[in-house]
Parts: sequence; structure tokens; C-alpha cells
Amino acid sequence: MALSGVEIFKHLPKTNCKECGHPTCLAFAMKLAAKQANLDSCPYVSKEGKEFLSSASAPPIRPICIGHGDGSVKLGEETVLFRHEKKFVNPCALALSIDDSLPDTEILKRIDGVKTSEIERVGQKLRVEMISVGHTSSDPSRFSAVVKLIRENAPKIPLILNSKDPAAIESALPHCKGARPVIYAATKDNTEAMVKLAKENSAILGVYAEGLDALSSLTEKIKGMGLDDLVIDPGASTPRRMIEDYTMIRRSAIKKGFKPLGYPIITFTSSKDVFAESMKASIGIAKYASIIVLDSIERWKMLPLITLRQNIYTDPQVPMQVAQKIYKIGDANEKSPLLLTTNFSLTYFIVQGEVENSKVPCWLAIMDVEGLSVLTAWAAGKFTAPKIASFILESGIGDKVARKELIIPGYVSILSGALEEKLNSDWKVVVGPREANALPAFLKNRAA
Amino acid sequence: MPFVVPKENYTGRIYTVEIGTGEKAVKVGGANTLPYLGFEGEIPNPPAIAIEIQDIPAKDWPETLKKPFDGVTDDPAAWARFCEKELGVGIIALRLISTHPDYGDRKPEEAAKTVEAVLGAVSVPLIILGSEHVEKDTQVLKVVSEAAKGRNCIIGKAQEENYKTIAASAMANNHKIIAMSQLDVNLAKQMNILLMQMGFDKERILTDPMSSALGYGLEYTYSVMERIRLAAIVQNDPAMQPPLVSDIGRNVWKAKETIASESDIPEWGSVEERGITFEAVTAISMIMAGSDLLIMRHPKAIEIVKKTINELMER
Ligand code: B12
Ligand code: SF4
Repeated sequence: MALSGVEIFKHLPKTNCKECGHPTCLAFAMKLAAKQANLDSCPYVSKEGKEFLSSASAPPIRPICIGHGDGSVKLGEETVLFRHEKKFVNPCALALSIDDSLPDTEILKRIDGVKTSEIERVGQKLRVEMISVGHTSSDPSRFSAVVKLIRENAPKIPLILNSKDPAAIESALPHCKGARPVIYAATKDNTEAMVKLAKENSAILGVYAEGLDALSSLTEKIKGMGLDDLVIDPGASTPRRMIEDYTMIRRSAIKKGFKPLGYPIITFTSSKDVFAESMKASIGIAKYASIIVLDSIERWKMLPLITLRQNIYTDPQVPMQVAQKIYKIGDANEKSPLLLTTNFSLTYFIVQGEVENSKVPCWLAIMDVEGLSVLTAWAAGKFTAPKIASFILESGIGDKVARKELIIPGYVSILSGALEEKLNSDWKVVVGPREANALPAFLKNRAA
Repeated sequence: MPFVVPKENYTGRIYTVEIGTGEKAVKVGGANTLPYLGFEGEIPNPPAIAIEIQDIPAKDWPETLKKPFDGVTDDPAAWARFCEKELGVGIIALRLISTHPDYGDRKPEEAAKTVEAVLGAVSVPLIILGSEHVEKDTQVLKVVSEAAKGRNCIIGKAQEENYKTIAASAMANNHKIIAMSQLDVNLAKQMNILLMQMGFDKERILTDPMSSALGYGLEYTYSVMERIRLAAIVQNDPAMQPPLVSDIGRNVWKAKETIASESDIPEWGSVEERGITFEAVTAISMIMAGSDLLIMRHPKAIEIVKKTINELMER
């Protein structure tokens, strides 16, 4: 919870010595509250004051980094409850559960599923980031062997070691040296052993307790034992409890500054039915979960889930956009057609994808309309005939194409007359199809 | 530090709107808390789902979506009956798409006949949607409103450019109305106020802030809806308290993700499950953001979302 200037002032020396570069302690406190100054500038603040102020200024939800190297994932650090207030910071990680009772062949298949899960959407490469190793075999050595198998085959993928048996965790940890896995989970019955293992191996500790009362007592106890890199699970297994518990966790941490719940949430969406699992995972994505462990990651299921995550975690203030430019697609030359669209990322990537599908080399003119879609830009007066004409004429593309023909999106066919007038007389405007998925047929027809 | 439930006190409540008549009538809205926060308020009615049918055969629908309606889409009444009897869906949304000048330009009287036939075939509540052609809707919705008198339907959609005639006929024939605006909190409020100013009972309005499909602007709809719900519940703004409608089916089923075959894009997997999940995920996100009534297309997607709704209503 952010402190006010007055609250910070209470912990400063109140001598107004000016050494921090501010006329009074209060003035310095105000700057600190506005995050325009650093506490280190005051040489006289007491040790207690410093401890208090630095813990109060820590992010309400602790940042946690799992894994190592370029496969690692960063979680937590969220500052708001609703995405219109401010961008959600660290997208939740998606994990596939792999059980140690499965035969090795099946395990290898599932590892491969994670490694090849990447889907490209709107210029972003999105994928399943983690693997959770389940322990139903009740044989610690089997658990260890499976962790070893996964580490060998997918060394970059961060792991969740899912067992409440410290012996199993202990036997698997040697395969995770320096890899910062999550140990899931410490419960009230195994706390000491799990905390010890997490500390010795610099692992993240998952903390499980049924309900928020029990969970916050347990995280407090663990923090008292000197461990603060935690992810938490209140055992919410139904959609209703997920929403209620996760909202209470986020609210307590952000609005009340309640530290015992200021950690990223981990959830297991396992369901009898794969569709039901997609619903629970969606709820987790929208409602504050930071790690979502799935029973299966069929491609048809991951496309909607990954898309939802991308939507929820986009910046509400700035639309995703690409640079204004005339892009060359394929081996475009002076005979290739020239198409026009806007610089909204979604629009650009859809159109670019379809032009590539057509296999017809093209010039694609992307006009800067502050990241708006075709119709939105048109309705906002940013995609008008005079503006388009000056963009095209100034771009110099006229010198690169033999036929001065500009293909415009079908939805703005209304612009064609005015645009032809504004462009020099040697230009012709052609109205393309409305939907980009009609572009391949349209372009092939023209080429024929 | 013991855990204290971070409860907030709200003063606002969503209006309860009842549609249809008799045993099959459905109530939507009524909550006095943010979506599914049962620890600080009541959620008396689950979000309702209507299935969309149209007045012309579903020829241009993607294969996945045509399949469950095989053989019934030639006749809107048969289609509607199938949805009620075979699929067990509780609300039907009839889109009079053929009244659009570009899709048949059918006359209001013809549309009224279709509405009568559908009403004759079902006993569940009906949502009657125009083609969203601003001028044509004023003529069509007026006539079909009369034809549906006594059945307590939802008529939609009234927009800023055409709400007066549509609202007047909905009012005269005792229907509910959908007020649509374009993805903007203030415009949504403005639309409700305009209706109230002409004497339309605020408790007979449903707000459509304009929906989009997952991946195609969903984040805008999601946040606009969350903000409307906060204004209604936290700030107790009476002009923001009508239930929210999400008309998602038609957006979802034109997205490439629901249509492209597996052979075209192997990395997206099976087209059938993908399309269904895409619609269901769109729906559940709208429910998280506050939707009280969804208009959807695929029966399996509806079934999946309904199961989750049941779990959301259990404490
Ligand atoms: C999300 C959205 C917004 C977002 C902006 C998102 C963004 N970054 O652009 C917000 C909320 C900000 C917004 C605002 C407004 N919006 Co708006 N918005 C939409 C919405 C729901 C989706 C737009 C979208 O993302 N489409 C997806 C992209 C990919 O589509 P696209 O760019 O058109 O590209 C497709 C085709 O055009 C084609 N294509 C693209 N390029 C090319 C090129 C060639 C050569 C070819 C052949 C094809 C082609 O391929 C693509 C896929 O098929 C639409 C309604 C809808 N469902 O479409 C309304 C819509 C575009 N908005 C509309 C309006 C009126 C507005 C506002 C003026 C309203 C207001 N609230 O004041 C404002 C204006 C903004 C401003 N003043 O800054 C209207 C436009 C009406 C019209 N016909 O002119 C629409 C159509 C809604 C409606 N039905 O009334 N909007
Ligand atoms: S240096 Fe410290 S004690 Fe001196 S004025 Fe600044 S805040 Fe006050």
C-alpha cells in the first residue's frame, strides 16, 4: 500500500537539515510519496524508520521469478484490481501437468507438447511456459526420475514440483540445481521440512491451505522462518470460490496492504471435462491467478486461452501498434499490387497474414492512425482521403510501382472517389474486399 | 496480523428485468454486488443465455455451426422449436437479418409474419433483433413490436440515431428494449438517459455496450462493462443499472479462429472444438465483466457455459 507524504514524514528525523537537497523533511517526504526521491538521500533516517519505509514501499504483490535464463517467468507486482485503471503487469504463466505415474513415452509426448506450444498472435509469440510434475506414484524415486527426464528434455522450462511429501521433493531437487523451481506445496503438516528444502535450494515455495485465514497464518509463519519467495493457493476448486478467494487476496494485498496474502496465486484447473477446464482457466486468467496448471493443452484449447491472456494483459491506454511504413511482402517488385491499411497491430497482422497466404508478392502501406482499426480510424477522422493521399504521395511508393493503383479496405469503399481526387491524376483507387480473409482469392484473381 | 475479509459496502443494485410470460418467463439482473462476489451481496439470478436464430437459412455460417442445426434452418419457426424442445434452451433471439437492404430488404410486414410464426412455435421468451440498419430498423421493429404484443419480448437494438420510434413502439406494446452504444461508458449512459427522458421505464432497459469477439477487441468491451458495473454498484448510478447484454455469437463466428480448417492452420488444432471453445471463452469473460444476458450461437458452447454458470451460482 502506498504511503502518504504525511505518513512517511512521521518516520523521518524532522530536523530539516536540508542535506537531502530539500528544504524540510516534510518536503522530502512529499517527494518520496510521489516516488520522485530516494530514501537513501537522507543520511539521518533511523534503522527502524528505514525498515518500515522500505517494507511499506515494496510492491503489494511480491515479484517472483521462476526458472532461470531465457525460459524464466516473472510473476506478481500487480498494482490494481481492474485493468482499465492501469496495465496488468506480469501475464499469468500457463503450465501443463505431467504425472509421474504416466509411462515415459507419454511423458515425453507431453514435454514435446509444451515445447511446441508456441502460437503467434498479433506479433507476439505466446506459449505454455511451465511444467508441473505431479506425484501420484507415491514412489519418491520415480518422482525424481521423472523430474530428471523432464530436465534433460526441456532444460529451459521452469518446473513446479507437485508433491506434499518432502522426501519426494528432496529426491527431485538435485536435478533442479540453479533452476529455481516451485515446490508445491508447504502445508501446515510439512512446513518445517518444506521451508528448509526451499531455502537450501533457493526454490520458490508454494503454500497451500484451505481458506484465507489458514493460508495467511501459514505464510506469516513461513515468512517468520525467513522465506519470502512464495506463491499461494487457498484451495479454491470451484469457479465461484476462485473468483471470491482471488478477489479477496488481490484486494487485501493492494487496498489493505495485507502482506500475508501479497503473493502470486497458483491454481490447478483440473476438471473431469476438458471444456470445463477451459472455463476455469479463463476465470483464472481474468481473475488474478498468476500460475494456471492445466491437465491438457490441446492446441484448439490453448488458442482461445492464450488469446484471452493477451487481451486481459494489454495496455488499456495504448493500443498495440506498428510503425508507419510501406512494407514489402514476398518478392514485391514494380508490378506488384499496393494495398493500404492502418497501423493497429491487430489489423496489420491479420492483413499481412492473409497477403502472405495469397503467395502474391505485395506492397503493404501501413498508415499511422494512432493504432486504430480501419473503421475506428475512419470514424475518428484519422483515415480520411486527404490524409491517406498525403501519406501515399509523401511515401515515394509511386516511384516504385509501374501501375499507380491503390487497393483500399472494402469497409472504407466510401473513400474511393475523394481519394482518387486527392491523389495525383495518374493514380487509381481500387476497392478491395471487406474482410481480409477474402484477400487471397482477390489477389490471385488479379494476378491471373 | 489476522486475515479480515476485505468486504466493501455497496449501495447500488442492478434492476431485475423479467422477459417472456408464464412458466417459462426468465428474470435477469438483480445483483447488488460485483460479479460473483457473493460474500458481499446477493446474486439472485444467474446470467441467462439466449440462442440466436435468424429469418433466413444459415447458409453462410461456418460448418461447425451449421451442423447442430442441420435441416431446421429453412424455417425460423421449426428452428426455434428445435432450440426449445431438442436443445432445451430457455430464450431465443431471432435476428431479422433479411430486412437489411443488402441481405434481402424484406418488408416489415414479412418480418412480422416470421415473428408471429416463431412466437406460435415456442413458449420461451423471445428477443427480437433487427438488422442494425439504422433506418430500416425503425420501420421493422415498430411493426414486429405490435405483432409480438402480449409476449413481453426484448426488442433491439435502439441506437442514438433511431431510438425514438423503436422505444415508442416497444413501450406501447409492453416490451423490454436493448439500448446499444459504441464501446464507451459515457455513451452507454447517455443512451439509457435518452430513453428515460422519453418516459421509457428504466427498469425495462437492457444495455448493450457493444460486444466483440475474443481477440478482436474483447479487452475494450471487457473494461467498458467493468466500468459500467462499478458505476452501477459502487457509485449507485441509476442510469447505469440496467442489466448488460452481450451479443457475442455473430462476432465470434466470423473470426478466423472459429472458421479456419485444421489443414489450413495445423497449429490451431481441431476446428470444431476450437470454435466452440472460442465462443465459450468469450462468453465466460463477458460474464466475469458483468454480463447478465448473452446471445450465443453454438449449442455445445452454450451447454459448457451453462455448466460453469451453475457452479458460479453455488456457494
Ligand atoms: C474495438 C473498437 C473500438 C476501440 C478502438 C480499437 C482500436 N484500436 O481501433 C475504441 C473503444 C477506442 C473505439 C472507439 C470508437 N469507435 Co469503435 N469499434 C471497435 C470495434 C468493436 C472493433 C474494431 C476492431 O478492432 N476490429 C478488428 C480489426 C482487425 O478490423 P479492421 O481494422 O477493420 O480490419 C479488418 C478489415 O477492415 C480488413 N482490412 C483491413 N485492412 C485492409 C486492407 C485491405 C486492402 C483490405 C482489402 C482489407 C482490409 O481486414 C480486417 C479483418 O477482416 C468495431 C466494431 C466491430 N465489431 O468491428 C467498432 C467501430 C469500428 N467503432 C465505431 C465507432 C463509431 C467508434 C467511435 C467513433 C465511437 C465513440 N465511442 O466515440 C470511437 C472513435 C475512436 C476515437 N475517437 O478515438 C464504428 C464505426 C462505424 C462506421 N461504420 O464508421 C464501429 C464499426 C462500431 C459500429 N458498428 O458502429 N472503437
Ligand atoms: S536529510 Fe533527512 S533529516 Fe535532513 S532534511 Fe532531509 S529528510 Fe530531513
